[in-house]
Amino acid sequence: MNELVFFINNVVIAGSVAGSIYAIGAVGVTLIFSIMRFAHFAHGDMMTFGAFMVLLLTTLFPGAGNAIGVPTPLIMLPLAMALTALLAVGIDRAFYKPLRAHGVKPIVMVIASLGVTLMLQGLIRLFAGTGGESLYVDDRKEIFRLTVPLEGVRVPVVITEPQLYLFALTLISVVALHFFLSRSRLGKAMRAMSDNPPLAQASGINTNTIVAVTWVLAGGLAAIAGTLLSLDVTFKPDLSFFLLLPIFAAAIVGGVGHPYGAIAGGFVVGFAETLAVFNWGILLRPFRDSLPEWLAQAGNLAFVGTEYKIVVPFFILVAILVWRPTGLFKGKVI
Amino acid sequence: MSTTRTDTVAAPRRFPLREVILFVALLAAVLGVYAMMGAAYSTRMLVEAACYAILALGLTIQWGYAGQFNAGVMGFVALGGFCAMFFSVPVNDAFWDSELPGQLAVVLAYIVGAVLVVFGASRLDRLGVPKTLRTVITVALAVVLYMVVISAFREVAGQIESRAGFVGGLGLPPWVGWIVGGALAGGVGYFIGNICLGLRSDYLAIATIGIAEIIKAFLKNSDWLTRGTATVSPLPWPVPGPAEVGFTLARALYLSVTAVLIAAIFFLLHRAYHAPWGRMIRAIRDNEVSSAAMGKSINRRRLEIFVLGCILMGIGGAVLASFNSLFDPQGYLPLNHTFLVLVMVILGGPGNNLGTIFGAVAVYIIWLMSEPLALWLMELAVHFGEGAFGWEAPASMDSRALQARVFVIGLLITLVLRFAPKGLLPEKVKHVD
Repeated sequence: MNELVFFINNVVIAGSVAGSIYAIGAVGVTLIFSIMRFAHFAHGDMMTFGAFMVLLLTTLFPGAGNAIGVPTPLIMLPLAMALTALLAVGIDRAFYKPLRAHGVKPIVMVIASLGVTLMLQGLIRLFAGTGGESLYVDDRKEIFRLTVPLEGVRVPVVITEPQLYLFALTLISVVALHFFLSRSRLGKAMRAMSDNPPLAQASGINTNTIVAVTWVLAGGLAAIAGTLLSLDVTFKPDLSFFLLLPIFAAAIVGGVGHPYGAIAGGFVVGFAETLAVFNWGILLRPFRDSLPEWLAQAGNLAFVGTEYKIVVPFFILVAILVWRPTGLFKGKVI
Repeated sequence: MSTTRTDTVAAPRRFPLREVILFVALLAAVLGVYAMMGAAYSTRMLVEAACYAILALGLTIQWGYAGQFNAGVMGFVALGGFCAMFFSVPVNDAFWDSELPGQLAVVLAYIVGAVLVVFGASRLDRLGVPKTLRTVITVALAVVLYMVVISAFREVAGQIESRAGFVGGLGLPPWVGWIVGGALAGGVGYFIGNICLGLRSDYLAIATIGIAEIIKAFLKNSDWLTRGTATVSPLPWPVPGPAEVGFTLARALYLSVTAVLIAAIFFLLHRAYHAPWGRMIRAIRDNEVSSAAMGKSINRRRLEIFVLGCILMGIGGAVLASFNSLFDPQGYLPLNHTFLVLVMVILGGPGNNLGTIFGAVAVYIIWLMSEPLALWLMELAVHFGEGAFGWEAPASMDSRALQARVFVIGLLITLVLRFAPKGLLPEKVKHVD
């Protein structure tokens, strides 16, 4: 049973954490893609920016959370979301809108977004330094060790406070997004524009508003994902480059331009990653005596070492591009 | 239409004023660097700029000729660098004298065998096996065989690391590694291109970023093959080294080798550009639908041009690694080896080989000179801050000043795309009546 608890800790919980973060990120990427038709490479850095804003605000007002008993970074999150949304709209106005007005090819927008990536990265590193920093400035990270009430189980199920907040916030944002897209006027307009931009424009939808709303949504979601990831581990300015590939893989697996698909894709990629680096030899240990010797002796049965984790989203990406380029949920654009 | 369109009239042959001015300015900048920094440093800068020019030529045919955006130049550069290292470094007797090469060969044979078995299983449907069953069998076989092979492989790799350090090189002349590096990079390019080139162009950018990170991760963690973070040096030069003829002369000799390489590549590309093949490539870039209607095989041509660009990047990376005389997998950074090359191409003029070479040399000079400049500016700002507001400067000022260059490169990319999308020396489009 110890091995099973180990499995829960290392796969179920870790996979859900990674999956939630990829899902929130991929939703933003896929929304931008469905409205503006380009792969927004600066998304990872918008996440880092959101986390950096939280770090900044938390360092400025470290005691704010104590008043109501929540960690300060979470109090600062709405503010950081607003700032990131503002940044996203500003970036669009300054860099993407002129290019769109010129009618450039989507790939030029992709290159421009890479330029924005570098600018954001440079700015964040200039002000935050290059090292990692904990978002828990004044508070303490609570770690819950749940002992399993079974005979002979010594290993507790370990879950941390930020992970619980992560699951809750993921659920809230997914539900909120669902209601926004299916019930509100703006959400319906967004879906209309993603289906057919000229038709949406002809039927009186203000496309500029929709673009701005998309950026606000994407920026807010990016801030949530970045902050929760930094809460779970630490804040690092070079976070974004390692997030880019899993997030895009998730968006493509789910079908580009398909928000619900992106959520599913995020969890697929997150669990695939943790399953691939999990050492399956551990699960065989209880049956050591009844197994043939060559199998019982096998030490490390992980598919890939943790240092090759990035291979997993890439492999998923390649597989989906080869067999089903529209994604699992039939995305719109190839 | 009866009115004659002005843009179809053959442009009169003009004096290439813009080219002359830009290249004279570049020459002045190079001479200025020589005057300020001394001959040895400046020649090194020129050799590195020349290596970057090869990389930039590779990217300019992908982006400029064909409109494919490769965001993973770094990976191909690293592959080239690895080949330059592997073929030219002296033979490691501690490895070859033991029984390890045999074991390694056995494991490699296992790998080949496993791949063949899995491939065979994937063709089982030809024997009448239902497709679903075939897929299940193939996947199960692949997982099991992968586990078996990778366990055996990990064992041998660990043995090599503990007993011989690393595999060592082959002790061949450096140019062998350069050629193989180009070929290997081309092979990886073929793999990626085959998957992505038929799809939206964004997917190619995503996939190349991914493959670049994977190549780097592999080279960094395969201690048995590359010594990983311990780095390999020195790599031999194809010309007499600094120890024999002095720094300046040795680097000048190396510079002449790279100059010959660039001249050859430039000449071949020039011929290809004006050949029917080049016209076809540009036709596909400018109007895919009409060239498909003319019966051109679009995906084939795209694959050709992508692989060709990757080969050039591999060669450039190999020449660069040989010159640095050091193979350090951690030294390959997206900023230095992908985005810097991108700036060179879009600033110099995508699709214009001369403009690309100009962009490579000019941007590399600015890049090198910006390092002391950034430090100086940062110091000035800190000084000012301390004097006027009593700030306390953070400790890591030097590394932060260098981060400012990341910002400048990003800003440059967006500004060039916005205000000079054709670069300083635009591609010359010939109009015929």
